[in-house]
Amino acid sequence: MANKTPAPSGQGSAAMQAFWSWLNKRLPVDAFLETQMTGYYAPKNFNFWYYFGSIALVVLVLQLVTGIFLTMFYKPGELTSFDSVEYIMREVDYGWLIRYLHSTGASAFFIVVYLHMFRALLYGSYRPPRELLWLIGMLIYLALMAEAFMGYVLPWGNMSFWGAQVIVNLFGTVPGIGPALVEWIRGDYAIADATLNRFFALHVALLPLALLLLVALHLVALHETGSNNPDGIEIKDKVDRSGRPLDGIPFHPYYTVKDFVGIGVFFVLFAIVLFFVPTLGGLFLEGPNFEPANPLSTPEHIKPVWYFTPYYAMLRAVPDQRLGALLMLLAIMAFFFLPWLDRSPVKSMRYRGWMSRTALTLFAISFVVLGYLGLQPAEGLYVMLARVFVVIYFAFFLLMPFYSKIDPVKPVPERVIYHAH
Amino acid sequence: MADHAVVAGDEVDLSRRKFLTRATIATGAVGAAFAAVPFIESWNPSERTRAQGLPVEVDLSKIDSGQMMTAVWRKSPIYVVRRTPEMLKNIAGHDELLKDPFSKQSKQPEYAKNELRSRTAEFLVVIGTCTHLGCLPKQRFAAGELYASWPGGFFCPCHGSRFDLAARVFEGSPASTNLVVPRYFYPSAQKLVIGQDEKGVA
Repeated sequence: MANKTPAPSGQGSAAMQAFWSWLNKRLPVDAFLETQMTGYYAPKNFNFWYYFGSIALVVLVLQLVTGIFLTMFYKPGELTSFDSVEYIMREVDYGWLIRYLHSTGASAFFIVVYLHMFRALLYGSYRPPRELLWLIGMLIYLALMAEAFMGYVLPWGNMSFWGAQVIVNLFGTVPGIGPALVEWIRGDYAIADATLNRFFALHVALLPLALLLLVALHLVALHETGSNNPDGIEIKDKVDRSGRPLDGIPFHPYYTVKDFVGIGVFFVLFAIVLFFVPTLGGLFLEGPNFEPANPLSTPEHIKPVWYFTPYYAMLRAVPDQRLGALLMLLAIMAFFFLPWLDRSPVKSMRYRGWMSRTALTLFAISFVVLGYLGLQPAEGLYVMLARVFVVIYFAFFLLMPFYSKIDPVKPVPERVIYHAH
Repeated sequence: MADHAVVAGDEVDLSRRKFLTRATIATGAVGAAFAAVPFIESWNPSERTRAQGLPVEVDLSKIDSGQMMTAVWRKSPIYVVRRTPEMLKNIAGHDELLKDPFSKQSKQPEYAKNELRSRTAEFLVVIGTCTHLGCLPKQRFAAGELYASWPGGFFCPCHGSRFDLAARVFEGSPASTNLVVPRYFYPSAQKLVIGQDEKGVA
């Protein structure tokens, strides 16, 4: 098909067409756009939940661009980090904007990714044939967590320091090699200059490269299987004579246009936070992080940024450091097993019964409540509640093979449900 | 050249080729593992860091009875507490509330593996980082300060670990071992050296 297209639109001067033809003989631009955009068919019944993949991609670009510019002014080092961030905030022209874009972007990234993951749970997007797509997505989530954690250390505020202290010490619970491993990660007897510098290297070079590679793989895998949809049925099963899915529409222009609307709305909300409440009351940037790191003074309440607090609440719910760290790890790893835990004959929540719906609702509530509890001090009622919701969190995964199997399901339609506007 | 393919096709010994492929992969893997060593080792504390980790000296005459001072050794805070007779009394009698009353699972030199966890009764010397996840436990030395039966000790604000005045951890704390005692010795009555003892430098 690509060879029938002399130029993208058949327009332009003869010189332009000649150049386009010259280019395509050397680089398959047309063929790529044809297979991945204009000839890539996506289900026509996408809804609100399908915005977050493309928004995540936009936020990734935002983080890369703002990150590169921050690197031009930031100086990693025990004695320079905090001052250079203040320098960016106060003295570099528009430095405050670039820094707040980056810090607000980090939180926005997690909001978008959590909604994106919830979509997958809602419509069974992790089910075959998309298991690998899901696993790659989970690896992106892991890389993103490492990236965010190390990024939070870089300003070398007091919460940076003590957050790093707590998270790095988690590795000390590894049996046998724990203490040696912690010293190796720190490169010193305490969190220090050496730690800061290697975190900088990982944050600006290794992890962004890993993220880009994983995102590319995620997209390749997505375009191989095709997108799932709110009905959880395969549009490739019903095709017309030329092999096009009957319920599919070309990604471009239909979904590029739709996604632009979502991205526009996203940026409006993003700008409100960015310009009016960039710290979001200590949720996006914590108060103690506006004080320089002090190895001899722990902040009154150490807590990570909101996107880690569900796991942090779990860590604190267990009165044993090794078990707490293990539980935290398992809570994240559990997602990897979803494709094999789910035994339901249908993918989408639309056609599942009350058991799966209740389980997913309780899981979402427990994730949010644990996130809240992780922000509170670890005492009394908060710890008791955290224990209750940890049980609910894990029950969602551990009981899934049972409830998803016996759950009464509704009949799945042959074709996607779609109402023209 | 025309008969090249025919001859080659007859002579390919697939089992030999497979062996050579595997041997090449194995050799490459070993080489890669060796090549990784310098990169991994580069993350260890550097020579300079190790040199800066030498023992430190503390003047004990500056600590009043019942007071604590924080020394810094290897960038970690070292708590040095001069315990009063009353504080020492408060250490006894709650073994059943402790996770490791006899310091069997905890880290300390042999001379501090006793109920008071110290060389001499008066001074407690511990690394002031919580054995849970490394926050700094705060001093709550007065009996009853946290709750009625509180015998005095340390409280970690991060995750709520509690330790008595011998730095032994209470049941119900996320930390599972007592605070670590570093190597130390007294070169004279009013001097304390942290990071070194008769057996040498830590």
